[in-house]
Order: sequence, then C-alpha cells, then structure tokens
Amino acid sequence: MLNYFLTEEQEMIRDLARRLAEEKVAPVARELDEKEEFPHEIMRLCAEADLFGVWIPEEYGGLGGGVLEQVLVVEELSRACAGVATTYAASALGGYPILLFGSEEQKKRYLPDLAAGRRLAAFALTEAGAGSDAGSIRTRAVREGDYYVLNGTKQWITNGGEADLYVVIAVTDPEKGSRGVSAFIVEKGTPGFSFGAKEKKMGIRASTTRELIFADCRVPRENLLGKEGMGFLVAMRTLDRTRPGVGAQAVGIAQGALDAAVRYARERRQFDQPIISFQAIQHKLADMAIQVEAARALVYAVARAIDAGAKEFSKESAMAKVFASDVAMRVTVEAVQILGGNGYSREYPVEKMMRDAKVTQIYEGTNEIQRNIIAQALAKEYAKTE
Amino acid sequence: MEMVVCVKQVPDASEVRVDPATNNLMREGVPSIMNPFDRHAIEAALRLREAVGGRITALSMGPPQAEEVLREAIALGVDEAVLVCDRAFAGSDTLATSYTLALAIRKLGAVDLVLCGQQSIDGETAQVGPELAEHLGFAQCSYVRALGKPAEGALEVERAAEDGYERVRLLLPAVLTVMKELNEPRLPSLKGMLRAKKAELRIWTAADLGADPSRIGQAGSPTRVAGVFAPQRGKKAQLLTGSVVEQVQALVERLQAERVI
Ligand SMILES: Cc1cc2nc3c(=O)[nH]c(=O)nc-3n(C[C@@H](O)[C@H](O)[C@H](O)COP(=O)(O)OP(=O)(O)OC[C@H]3O[C@@H](n4cnc5c(N)ncnc54)[C@H](O)[C@@H]3O)c2cc1C
Ligand SMILES: Cc1cc2nc3c(=O)[nH]c(=O)nc-3n(C[C@H](O)[C@H](O)[C@H](O)COP(=O)(O)OP(=O)(O)OC[C@H]3O[C@@H](n4cnc5c(N)ncnc54)[C@H](O)[C@@H]3O)c2cc1C
Repeated sequence: MLNYFLTEEQEMIRDLARRLAEEKVAPVARELDEKEEFPHEIMRLCAEADLFGVWIPEEYGGLGGGVLEQVLVVEELSRACAGVATTYAASALGGYPILLFGSEEQKKRYLPDLAAGRRLAAFALTEAGAGSDAGSIRTRAVREGDYYVLNGTKQWITNGGEADLYVVIAVTDPEKGSRGVSAFIVEKGTPGFSFGAKEKKMGIRASTTRELIFADCRVPRENLLGKEGMGFLVAMRTLDRTRPGVGAQAVGIAQGALDAAVRYARERRQFDQPIISFQAIQHKLADMAIQVEAARALVYAVARAIDAGAKEFSKESAMAKVFASDVAMRVTVEAVQILGGNGYSREYPVEKMMRDAKVTQIYEGTNEIQRNIIAQALAKEYAKTE
Repeated sequence: MEMVVCVKQVPDASEVRVDPATNNLMREGVPSIMNPFDRHAIEAALRLREAVGGRITALSMGPPQAEEVLREAIALGVDEAVLVCDRAFAGSDTLATSYTLALAIRKLGAVDLVLCGQQSIDGETAQVGPELAEHLGFAQCSYVRALGKPAEGALEVERAAEDGYERVRLLLPAVLTVMKELNEPRLPSLKGMLRAKKAELRIWTAADLGADPSRIGQAGSPTRVAGVFAPQRGKKAQLLTGSVVEQVQALVERLQAERVI
C-alpha cells in the first residue's frame, strides 16, 4: 500500500480500527453473515474504542477529525466484514445532517451520544415508490401547533429498528416540489413510530435494513432540522460527505479480496507449481492491485479536499463512490475466479466479498445516478467557460 | 478502591534466545510487548473500577523503554503509571524484583489490591506476585480465574488448583495473580491513546524508594542461573512402506522391539 502520509493521529485511528477488524470482526464475519445477525457486540467494541467519534468535533465529545478519519475506519472494518462497516457507517449517515444543519441545541443534545456510540443513528429518505427519484417521496409531515405529524413508510433503511435516532425526510408542502421537503430528527420510541419488515439481502447481511412506519407520529417542532423546505439540501449535502465513505467500504472489500487472492495464489499448486507462477493469474492480480490503489487514492484525495474546506465537491464525491464501487465489483469477481472452486465455496471469504461489493454500486445513489450527477456538473462547468 | 497493577515488558518471541556465553536473555532486536497475562490483570482492575469505583496505578520495573507498556496501560484506561528505573536494579532476580516493587507500592500509600499476571512469558517463574505479598504482608491468592465484587473489606475469588477449583475469601489488602481465562482484555480507546501520548509518568529511582543497596539488583539476587538451554528437538520419524499388511507387521515388530507392546 502506498504511503499516504497520514498524520500520527490518523495512523493511530487506522491501526486501532485494523486491530479491531482483525481480532474481533474477522473471526465472526462468516457467522454474522449466515445468521443475518446484527453485530451488537462489535458495535459496543467500536464505541469503547471511540471509533464512532472520529468525525465529530471535540466540543461535542468527538475526536475532531473529518471525512478522512471516518473513511479510514470504514475501510478497515470493510476488509473484515462490509456488513459491520455498513452498520457503523450508517450511524454517521444519520449523524452528519445534525452536524451540518442542526442548531447548537440539537448538536449538544445528540452528537455526544453518537460520538460515544451510546446511541446509533440512521438516515431515512428512500420509499417504495421513491428510490433514485427521491423527489417523489410521499411521507408527509403536517404542522399541528408545536408538533409535526408524520405519516408514511420509509423502505430500505439501514439500522432500522436498531438505531435510536432517525433523520427522516418528509414532505411538508406538496405544492412546492423539492422545496417543500423537510428533515426531522425522530427518536425511537416516539408514539406512532414503528418498524416493518426486514429485508432479506444478498450481502452485507450483518447490517439490518428495515421499513420505518409512521402512523400519526407526533414529532416535536424543535426536532425540525434546519428550516422547513431544506430537506433536500440536508439530504444532498449529507450524501456528498458520506459517499467517499461508500467508496472506502468498496476499497476495503476490494483490498480484502486482493489479500485473499494473493495468499491463495501463492499456496495453491497445479501443474507442479503455485498458480501465481501463471502469467494469466499474475496479470489478474496486478490489475486488481492497480485498481485498488487507484480507488483508494481517489477516495482519500476527495476526503482530504472536503476536510480542507472545498466548496463544491458533489461531482468528485460521486466519482469516488462510482469508481471505487465498480473496482470492488470487478476485483471481487476476479478474486472468486482466482480461488477457483474454493472461490465459490462459503468456506472461503471471497464469495461473501463479491456479494457485499454489489451493494456499493446501488446504495447512497446508484452508480447510474452518480454518473448523472457527474455529467450534469460537467455540463454546467463547461457552460460557464463558454 | 486503590489498585496497583504490576506490568512487565517482555520480548515478543515465543522462543527466548539465550546468550551462550553469559546465559542471559538476549533482548536486542526482539520487539517488546506487555506481558500477555498482565493485560488480563489490567482488565480485571478496570472492571473492578467500573463496578465499585477507585483508582488504578500501573507499576513496572525495567529499563527506560518499559515506559511503552505503561503508556499502553494508560491507553487501556488506568489512571496513573509509575516506572521504577535505575541502573542499580540491573540483574534483579525475582526476590530483588519483588522487594523493589514492594517498596514502590508502599510509597504509593494505602493500597487495597495488587494485581499481577500469573507469570511472565520470559522469566516464567510465577514468583513475583507471591513474593510481593510476603514483602507487603498482604493476603495472597495465585492463579485466579474468577473474581467477585469486593464487599466489607473482603474479596471472593476462584483459583485453579491442581485437581479442581478453590473458592477463596481474602481480606484486603491482597495480592492476586491472574490467569488468562479470568477475562477477555479490551482494546485501547482512541481517547486513551491520546491521553497516553501526553501523560507524564512518574519515574522512581533506588534513592527515591530508599532501597537497601544489598537487596536490589545483582547484589540482592541470590539466584544463580547455572545454565539455560533449549531442549534438543530431533526429528526421528520413519516412514513405513509396502502394502498395508507389511506396514502393520513392521509396526508391530518395532513396537515389540521397543517394548511398547
Ligand atoms: C531463565 C532466566 C533468565 C533471566 N535472565 C535475566 C537477565 O538476563 N537479566 C535480568 O535482569 N534478569 C533476568 N532474569 C530475572 C528477572 O528478569 C525476572 O524475569 C524477574 O525477576 C521477574 O520474574 P519473572 O519474569 O519470572 O516474573 P513472574 O514472577 O513470572 O511474573 C509474574 C508477574 O509479576 C509481575 N512482574 C514481574 N516482573 C515485573 C517487573 N519487572 N515489573 C513489574 N511487574 C513485574 C507481573 O505482573 C508478572 O505478570 C532471568 C530469569 C530467568 C528465570
Ligand atoms: C442494503 C441497502 C441499504 C440501504 N440503506 C438505505 C438507507 O439507510 N437510507 C435510505 O434512505 N435508503 C437506503 N437504501 C436505498 C437506496 O439508496 C436505493 O435502493 C437506491 O437509491 C436506488 O433506489 P431503488 O432501489 O428504488 O432503485 P430504482 O431507483 O428503482 O432504480 C432501478 C434501476 O434504474 C436505474 N435508474 C433509475 N433512474 C435512473 C435515471 N434517471 N437514469 C439512469 N438510470 C436510472 C437505477 O440506477 C437502477 O439501476 C438502501 C438500499 C440497500 C440495497
């Protein structure tokens, strides 16, 4: 791996995350996957190690890092189990809206608990009829005195049922289209807020994905994030910051697959020689390594730019997500090929990595949608220069 | 509850290399780690503090670089650390080591519980803990595998004996040496690691402890290491060939010749 000249503190974060991943996650990854079990114990260990606080400012109980610190943790956890990493990362997905748009009071109230890992968060935008087309969400929030009354159903919500805090995007003014949407903090246990079916997934099965059901759920007015009508801005700015995290997840999965493939190719013998002596295998491994390093470099570069205060980074954030997730998919498919029949076996880790990799091309905006974002930004940039 | 955990820095090598000329351990070039048993002693202290409150001091005797294991202890959550360090301590055997550590513990003031590892992975004598208890005049229990909650100045523990387990009630203050099965040590936390980086360690010399020069270091060590060697391991395996019947016949003959059967 290339030296990225991380600070001493960043190296400390990465090393601790790696140790936790190797010692505590890797040994149970297979079991969590097969049982589709939520990793309560591992989340407790992440909390104890202060990993939930890496991106949260010190004044709210965090370690004062940024997107890069979060990326380092996600990458290391993903090397061992992407389901665990998703669970961890989704809490930041639910926490970033509070950091970016919360009032001082909301930040003081919620961020210290998230930093300490005492509470988990989740982010709820998607609905049955509104995936890529997020503008068509139906969940309604109607103002009644000091409350907003929420009705509707969110689908595909990571950490659904397990998280304590939910940032929910709902329509406050149907007349205004995308400007009539608002973001709310909804606490678990609020009357009228319940959980529906759990998804039965192909991969990241340690991560729970579930429906959120709002039936006349009364949310206090002070739980509105930002102003009425800012819901989409909240969602988009949040996703701009978390997409490098999906990229990091992809890099971690791909690195894990590369590790497994190289080790296997050195050991497995056919035709009286280790299969790594065949050029066909060598070139596959070389291409995998090139792609993993390129993906990592892009993800880190974008994360650093965001942390350094870049103003516009939707396009680059989308690039990091698309590129790394496509790499993860290709690299894991090749890893399965290199392991041959064993690659296809659940006794070896790479088939899980291949299943896990697929989701990184889908969630937090499909790669098609990311390419739309990138192309729109290009069109705009070039229009300006003419 | 005031607790002290004794931690030793040891070479990270499953096989200890010995200088054939001096019979001393050769530590150069071998990375150092915290004695693995001592992690369990720290974990036990952290859990006791979580249960009943109190303070934990990590204590180590060793060269200046033993500071590393003390910082690790702070990263894991102990409150303070003391390094007992002086050229005068060089060459200490277990008697001199335990005498010196006992002086340091006395200097710390009122202590309710001292926790040690069951043994070190280099010296492996398992003597330091029990000797400490003697020097301090504390109750002691070795090979502790389960701990109760301290109440009314006493602590119930379970220890491994040759042929079973013993449940022992100790009056505090006491010294315990702990086994690995007592608990699963935690990982350090990021905030702990940051604190450890900045923490000021106390460093005590022989003079600070008011140590009797005849009881420390080489002078205070009656142990003479007459010889240390690794057991000779020879491969004497022989492969029997032929049909299964021939192989079994050959095997039976050999076993009879060796008077095994
Ligand atoms: C074969 C052999 C070779 C030796 N070679 C040398 C040598 O080259 N140079 C030399 O100086 N000494 C040497 N010693 C002696 C000395 O270093 C002992 O290791 C030391 O007295 C501690 O004994 P132990 O390691 O057996 O600890 P044990 O009694 O097995 O340790 C039990 C527990 O006591 C505590 N403890 C032990 N030592 C310390 C410490 N220093 N600080 C804090 N807590 C501690 C820890 O909690 C540990 O888990 C040697 C001893 C032996 C047996
Ligand atoms: C495991 C998992 C966890 C998730 N967690 C969360 C969560 O925590 N919170 C949350 O809000 N959501 C979550 N989601 C939802 C996720 O963000 C959506 O699945 C994703 O945005 C795609 O929406 P969709 O599934 O409705 O697909 P659709 O939008 O129906 O897309 C179907 C296909 O059509 C393509 N397509 C659609 N529109 C266009 C277009 N304009 N141009 C080109 N192609 C297009 C898509 O790229 C895709 O290939 C999660 C999803 C999964 C699988």
